[in-house]
Amino acid sequence: MNCREFTEFLSAYLSGELPESERKVFDDHLRLCPPCVDYLADYKDVIDQGKCACRDEDETARKSPPEDLVRAILAAREKHS
Amino acid sequence: MHSAVLASGSMSETTRVPDGPPEDDRELLSRLRKGDGGGYEELVRQNTGRLLAVTRRLLGNDEDARDAVQDAFISAFRALDRFQGNARLSTWLHRIAVNAALMKLRSRRNHPEESIEDLLPVFDQNGFHVTPTSPLGIPEEPRPDAKRLRTAERVRAAMDELPESYRTVLLLRDIEELDTKETAEMLGVTPNAVKIRLHRARQALKGLLERAPVGGES
Repeated sequence: MNCREFTEFLSAYLSGELPESERKVFDDHLRLCPPCVDYLADYKDVIDQGKCACRDEDETARKSPPEDLVRAILAAREKHS
Repeated sequence: MHSAVLASGSMSETTRVPDGPPEDDRELLSRLRKGDGGGYEELVRQNTGRLLAVTRRLLGNDEDARDAVQDAFISAFRALDRFQGNARLSTWLHRIAVNAALMKLRSRRNHPEESIEDLLPVFDQNGFHVTPTSPLGIPEEPRPDAKRLRTAERVRAAMDELPESYRTVLLLRDIEELDTKETAEMLGVTPNAVKIRLHRARQALKGLLERAPVGGES
């Protein structure tokens, strides 16, 4: 296995979709290839950072819904009911 | 058309609650079905903010995002009688809002997308990394709030830079946590296409963050 193949199937590797035999080939490559160890770590960091950034945004937004939008939705409900 | 399309089909109650909806959902649902105005206001106040954040991420502008949230609520109100309580109300609304945003995206899609090739990793002729990957500079230790917020802003800005078809899949799978099958159904593509786009979107996001490390000072 080379780095290109490792990178190509990285997502399947992380989500546990690879059969055991193929997973072992990935693990063997990781033991021998520091750049792919770094790539894997950064790839996982990117996913985590994305989740974290949006979770913060959701939490802030949840606490302060725009009053005008709330009123517009409730008014639309009255109009449509 | 909106209410029928938005609130029907497999995405309407996909995230099952094993023992039925929680007590507070059951009570609220009962009030809604009786036409209790206070119940509607509670539902809208509890969910509008988060749904707006979701649709804003997908649509990239506030005006369309607000329209999508309003469309979603109107659709949900009309479909309440068909809601069977197999999912939480908030989850059901979330799926309807996501679909409302996707419908808006489809209606305005009329431009070719930029390539993400230059954001993907580069290999030599033997398939090995040409250069070691650049560290993203993501600190592992807890950081002061100000720095954490700057990091979050940088990550969100990088997501916004992704071409739409990649950004959408990344948002639906990694952020909104829809599964591959549901994402594929919502986008009208194959599950395999979702997997490929997600992987390439993550790689491209990594490429964007390497250009401006998230832990770096700006």
